[in-house]
Amino acid sequence: MSTAHPTTPKRKWWDFGKKSQPGGEAHEKDETFYRAGQWQLVWWKFRRHKLAQIAMAVLGLFYLIVIFAEFISPYDPQKRFKDYSTLAPVNVQLVDAQGKFHLPFIYALERARDPVTLRPIYKEDTTSKRYPVVLFARGDEYKLWGLFPSNIHLFGIRTAPDEFVPLFLLGSDTLGHDMLSRIFFGARISLTVGLIGVVLAFFMGLVLGGIAGFFGGLADEIIMRVIDVLLALPTIPLWMSLAAALPQDWPQLKTYFYVTIILSIFGWTILARVVRGKLLSLREEDYVMAARLDGESEAQIITRYMLPGFTSYIIVSLTLSIPNMILGETSLSFLGVGLRPPTISWGVMLQEAQNLQTVAQTPWLLWPVAFVILAVLMFNFLGDGLRDAADPYVT
Amino acid sequence: MLNYIIGRLARMIPQIFLVSILAFIIIQLPPGDFLTEQINRLRATGATVDEAEIQRLTNMYGLDQPMYVQYFRWIGNIVTRLDFGYSFLWQRPVNDVLLSRMGMTFFIAFLAFVVSWGFAIPVGIYVAVKQYSFADYFFTFIGFIGLATPGFLLALVLMYVSYAILGIRVGGLFSPEFEPQPMSWAKFMDLLAHLWLPVLILAIAGMANIIRTLRATMLDELRKQYVTVARSKGLSEFQVIMQYPVRIAINPIISQTTYLLAWLFSGGTVVEIVLNLNTAGPVLWRALLQQDMYTAGAYILILGVLYSLGSLLSDLLLAAIDPRIRFGAMEAA
Repeated sequence: MSTAHPTTPKRKWWDFGKKSQPGGEAHEKDETFYRAGQWQLVWWKFRRHKLAQIAMAVLGLFYLIVIFAEFISPYDPQKRFKDYSTLAPVNVQLVDAQGKFHLPFIYALERARDPVTLRPIYKEDTTSKRYPVVLFARGDEYKLWGLFPSNIHLFGIRTAPDEFVPLFLLGSDTLGHDMLSRIFFGARISLTVGLIGVVLAFFMGLVLGGIAGFFGGLADEIIMRVIDVLLALPTIPLWMSLAAALPQDWPQLKTYFYVTIILSIFGWTILARVVRGKLLSLREEDYVMAARLDGESEAQIITRYMLPGFTSYIIVSLTLSIPNMILGETSLSFLGVGLRPPTISWGVMLQEAQNLQTVAQTPWLLWPVAFVILAVLMFNFLGDGLRDAADPYVT
Repeated sequence: MLNYIIGRLARMIPQIFLVSILAFIIIQLPPGDFLTEQINRLRATGATVDEAEIQRLTNMYGLDQPMYVQYFRWIGNIVTRLDFGYSFLWQRPVNDVLLSRMGMTFFIAFLAFVVSWGFAIPVGIYVAVKQYSFADYFFTFIGFIGLATPGFLLALVLMYVSYAILGIRVGGLFSPEFEPQPMSWAKFMDLLAHLWLPVLILAIAGMANIIRTLRATMLDELRKQYVTVARSKGLSEFQVIMQYPVRIAINPIISQTTYLLAWLFSGGTVVEIVLNLNTAGPVLWRALLQQDMYTAGAYILILGVLYSLGSLLSDLLLAAIDPRIRFGAMEAA
């Protein structure tokens, strides 16, 4: 087979165990391969990129959290547990002090103050009873999507109604919020900023890139020069400057939308370039000429013949620009010029970790960093996989 | 070549004009008139405000005039007298506040640039030649992490690690004992001892980019026939690689210089704030938080102009080493 296809890429380490993929080497001559449509081919090729598939699964999980944040979070993210501020992540245990094995449980905590620094210190009370960690526990009241009231959480601990034992898996912040719940709710903001920003950038990029690529001439020249300037400027200082002008007293939702608009102002450039480049090269294709000779209108030529030719490229560059937007929001909020409390986002959460003092004493406040990096990494992997799959006719 | 240079210079003029408009928009963005705002703030603190001074500033910036007049006053002062206006936050001319710190910021970005080139180019060539080797996977992995982790998060984590494990407090530009001293060799060494961390943090991201691009283009080039020809002529493997494919593959790296610098600068702004360096990034930050808009506008303008110059240099460099560009063949293609 490899002699017939000298350009077949070497099998990569993530391809192992994938011998009989449809669209793989063994099937390339199959009837199904020749009859498959473009999107079928894209999908087959995408399936060969193992890392991208893992990324897709992880991102799927992330967006499930985004959708069901109220249910998955063990606590209300805005609720302050004043007696348990800056609590280190709790220890979920399987073996008790007597060495006996149990289902997951935690011990109650004893609170004391450090005699020197006056910081609260917490100690596990191993003589207390065990509090089992259970699924579908009853906890804080919430309304799912603001509609359906409930108090069932994915997991929690079973306690008597008048007791409180914190199950802060990632610790708590200085105000006594549960970090994990806040990270879940923060995902709702941080992971959607990218999506909405990308949609806005998509329209701007499509329209302006389309104008430049299709009409050419002066319009092309002006748009391309603007893109050159915008691309060559460092984005973060500009984002900061624009975001800092947003009034502090705006409602949360309004600030959120304006921040996404600011992020997309510089995000459309890359997309516009892709669109323009593709339009320019597709304009020369024979099938476009054929359509023109057939008497199709310009609008029809663009939408029916040229657009499908680069949809996959658009999807790729959209996927690859989401992480930039996520990072943009995180940086801005972290610096206090983007979203502000009481809005919860990963960047807002990191505001607390700005100085060395806090970071050194309460390193668990850095947990949002791990989530940001994971999300960005996964989007990059996904984008890479999609890029390889975008042109399924090239092996 | 001369034609190319003239054409390229002509393209810079609208570019810089666009940047200046952008900077002016940023100055005008905060709601209300910054001078009135400032006067109110001063009055609130009980300071006496000199009426003559207000009048002088109003005249100077043309605040009672239409927008375009204000723009031309502002840009006029900059072009004719290099006067970037007055920083209300620092109570000093913007030039005093910004210029020296800007220099330091560029120094850091430049060092990061040199480090990332010096390291990434050999590595990029190596991993392309040894495709699918351990080193290839290793650097691809590091590259992904480098791309995914913005500098300031890396700075936070490294700050914690160096404090928790090594017990070193990183941050700042100088040790406290050197701060008031004039520049000397010892002070310079102290500076370098503080700078390695921000430089390293920025360089990691830059390297990731270069290695990725270089690897991809090198792989394309290495498959071409002229490589086989060179090899069959009996050239040494080193010559085969260095003399032809590398020269072609290095082109995109050079043409990306401006983007790389912009990237270093962009990430650098936040890294400088996190590491508490006395450079331009934190100045911009504080200026923005306090709506000290002339400082912020000057920052954006200087940045934009320097970037136009940077992209000019990289284009000229590219034209010098690639005859196809000099003769305009690339434009047509």
